[in-house]
Amino acid sequence: MQEVKASMAGTVLNVMVGEGDTITAGQELVMLESMKMEIPIEGVEEGTVAEVKVNVGDFVNEGDVLVTVK
Amino acid sequence: MKKILIANRGEIAERIIRTCNKLDLETVAVYSSADKDLPYVRQATVAYEIGDPPAAKSYLNQDEILRVAKEENVDAIHPGYGFLSENASFVRRIREQGITFIGPSAEVVEAMGDKITARKTMQEAGVPVVPGSGEIVDVTEAVAYANEITYPIMLKAAAGGGGIGMQRCENDQELEKAFVSSQNRAKAYFGNGAMFVEKFIDDARHIEVQIVGDIHGNVVHLYERDCSIQRRNQKVLEETPSPFLSEETRRQIGEAALLAAKHVNYTNAGTVEFVMDQEENFYFLEMNTRLQVEHPITEETIGIDLVEWQINVAKGEELPLKQEEIKPTGHSIEHRLYAEDPTSFMPSPGKIEALQFPEIEGVRIDSGYESGSTVSPFYDPMIAKIIVSGASREEAVKRSIDFFAAFSLTGIKHNGPLFTQLLKENNFQQGNYSTSYLAKILVKK
Repeated sequence: MQEVKASMAGTVLNVMVGEGDTITAGQELVMLESMKMEIPIEGVEEGTVAEVKVNVGDFVNEGDVLVTVK
Repeated sequence: MKKILIANRGEIAERIIRTCNKLDLETVAVYSSADKDLPYVRQATVAYEIGDPPAAKSYLNQDEILRVAKEENVDAIHPGYGFLSENASFVRRIREQGITFIGPSAEVVEAMGDKITARKTMQEAGVPVVPGSGEIVDVTEAVAYANEITYPIMLKAAAGGGGIGMQRCENDQELEKAFVSSQNRAKAYFGNGAMFVEKFIDDARHIEVQIVGDIHGNVVHLYERDCSIQRRNQKVLEETPSPFLSEETRRQIGEAALLAAKHVNYTNAGTVEFVMDQEENFYFLEMNTRLQVEHPITEETIGIDLVEWQINVAKGEELPLKQEEIKPTGHSIEHRLYAEDPTSFMPSPGKIEALQFPEIEGVRIDSGYESGSTVSPFYDPMIAKIIVSGASREEAVKRSIDFFAAFSLTGIKHNGPLFTQLLKENNFQQGNYSTSYLAKILVKK
């Protein structure tokens, strides 16, 4: 199980994947907006999205899990 | 008017407090728990903590801000820029409480906040507008329209702003990929999914004109600011006068801004933004119904205090100057000092160990932080504005170079080194740059 975490505190601007989606290594999964910058959050390994833990508009802190991948 | 609440933070709160002190007005600051140690909190007459760090819980929390306003029995609210400054429902709620909002009417804020309505309004006024669509509801319509005006195009959210919510598309494929996700994002993020398409103007300059109107029907423009030095559609350096404009175009763009302001019966301070192509054709982009970050360069060249003008207009006074009495002199440049990596532009929040501004003639500092302050990850990365003026552009540029050579900030990354590089670039020194310039010189390096 891979946990994809927020690299910075910010607001979820976009969620580009849904549960059950197959993803490749390095694919952008979530876009955060932090300090007026769009920060793409990428998966590390390929796999299948198990759970998306955030919604667009949510505020997340650094280290919060955004997506889990199996 | 005796007491003003400032619904903002950091440097602009400090900036407004300075003018209030000069005018002998009491100030009420509000702050989130992340900002409790910032200088502006101490500088205000009184200060109230209004919530947790995320802006939605503090600086966008209308109920809490209005509760403080009522408790302190303030006469007026100054919104600064960003946060609630262009929120029409906030303006209405303030006025319903019998408090003065230091800014334009709720109707104007609302009309200009919707970029599609703003474009339509300006077309009616006879102001040239960037070729573009009305609201586009689906991807098929977007692609058809883009082909009609030809690529590249900018896909924009009607409710967007601040460089967030727009995407450049080169072809059908890119537009098809961008449309639905941009629309969903706009819906969720701005609460309004309306999208439109604009022709992307290559090698454009971003030129804006400061306007101020009073409630007696007087409107003046305070000349232009060139804001073409940008990264990711956000401004990094602004200067006035623009080194690019001919006197004739300067006159025309000022007239166009006045036409725009008069058409909507504009009151208080605002900015009309234009894009300009290499042939000096200019087109309305948007109107910002508030004080602009880069307002100090206008203050320095015209010799006025715009916040004082705003307060006096809000009190019902007439503008102190007529158009023919407004004569800018010299040159002024604002550098936005950001907590970010100078080449990747990645934000760099953290604790400022030491922040030292050298004393150089012609330099004004509008800062929100000091040694020991923490730049939190919750807000804009701007630390301070370095405003450098001189009798000529050459002199202002030279003073800016001297400033950044002696400037020191430790503890976090910042874009000071970027200014050192930029100010010495040949093309910059010749005033030869567009909105894509900054990205190009970084690649070159």
